[in-house]
Amino acid sequence: MSAMTTTEAKLTRDEMAQLVAADIPAGAFVNLGIGQPTNVSNYLTKEQGVTLHTENGMLGMGPVATGEDIDPDLINAGKIPVTQLPGASFFHHADSFAMMRGGHLDVCVLGAFQISKDGDLANWHTGAEGAIPAVGGAMDLAIGAKATWVMMSLFTKDGESKLVETLSYPVTGLGCVSRIYTEVAVFELRDAKVFVRSTHGISFEELAAKVPVELTQA
Amino acid sequence: MAPRIATSAADAVAEITDGATVLIGGFGNAGQPMELIDALLDCGAKDLTVVNNNAGQADAGLALLIKERRVKKIICSFPRQSDSWHFDEAYRAGEIELELVPQGNLAERIRAAGAGIGGFFTPTGYGTLLAEGKETRVIDGKGYVLETPIHADFALIKALKADTLGNLVYRKTARNFGPIMATAAKSAIVQVDEVVQAGSIDPENVITPGIFVDTVVELGGQK
Repeated sequence: MSAMTTTEAKLTRDEMAQLVAADIPAGAFVNLGIGQPTNVSNYLTKEQGVTLHTENGMLGMGPVATGEDIDPDLINAGKIPVTQLPGASFFHHADSFAMMRGGHLDVCVLGAFQISKDGDLANWHTGAEGAIPAVGGAMDLAIGAKATWVMMSLFTKDGESKLVETLSYPVTGLGCVSRIYTEVAVFELRDAKVFVRSTHGISFEELAAKVPVELTQA
Repeated sequence: MAPRIATSAADAVAEITDGATVLIGGFGNAGQPMELIDALLDCGAKDLTVVNNNAGQADAGLALLIKERRVKKIICSFPRQSDSWHFDEAYRAGEIELELVPQGNLAERIRAAGAGIGGFFTPTGYGTLLAEGKETRVIDGKGYVLETPIHADFALIKALKADTLGNLVYRKTARNFGPIMATAAKSAIVQVDEVVQAGSIDPENVITPGIFVDTVVELGGQK
């Protein structure tokens, strides 16, 4: 019996964020990447007791600051003013990245350009001629957390699958991604296989026809 | 030795000369020592190698140093931003050299310099373009890249408060690169909102011990 689940409609971005949030274990230390992953914080519950890490030097990050709470010395990795929660701590950059590299963070959630079936991640550079490269903390995050999850749309604007056999974009980290949340399916990468945990607005067969890697129903 | 208490930002940076390697603190604008950078701009030093997380934002601070072509090389992790137009222009014109380093490696290379470490093997960047040409090693089945320390002549740092012995306290996420940069430069120059008497900062709360600090300038703060 397959444990794979199916819903009729594609997931919205908010529903994807909700799904990721629900999967984060209680009490986890988590880093949410810039962009879509940041949205996950909106769906974490107080009961989950998740502590958010921001690589510019804080644990216990609260929601985005507004009005009088805006403090230029209190920002997140996207350089957006945020708030601090009770029990927060500040630390310098070397400590902050030791938390990642040293495997102290439980989960990080990132965006991606491409992911290979082996969990290789590309999300820092398109490799395009004339593009100015910037990497920030992407490579540290990718390989540092105990679990690296990706949120992305499964297909490019041209309809090509971003889940691929081998990366054509420059690598961010090798074999680091263990789960991928997309609008049409959630994938789990383990035991050298790509399992489909759920499909959304698409059948497993249709999905398998559009994605150029071998898929297995979870 | 107690640090020199400079009389102005200009006085604080007066020893920085052409060709110097300068660590500049800050992540975005948080912790960026704007007044010291402005003073560096005014003092005319050129052919600088600058180490910062970014490559300047908008039309202030480090961005202006780059605009004026005073930076021959920048070592950073995230140069390209929506408002990094001065860097973008200099880079496309081939008028600035870029050494791109993953952020955690950048921090650890600075920390290593300050801690007397000759190099370290890091998993970050292994198998990527940024490890090309670097020594690698597989340790217990995991791939690592050899990274070397980043030593500097000067560090420009912003802290909240210093005492007369140079002990520093920072403020929130403005701390970022300050503590490690202070250790990695031959001369650490720190701008603070306030200089207080030795003994008025609880030793338990000192973040950067004064041994790492060479020059302090009190500039007052907005708060």
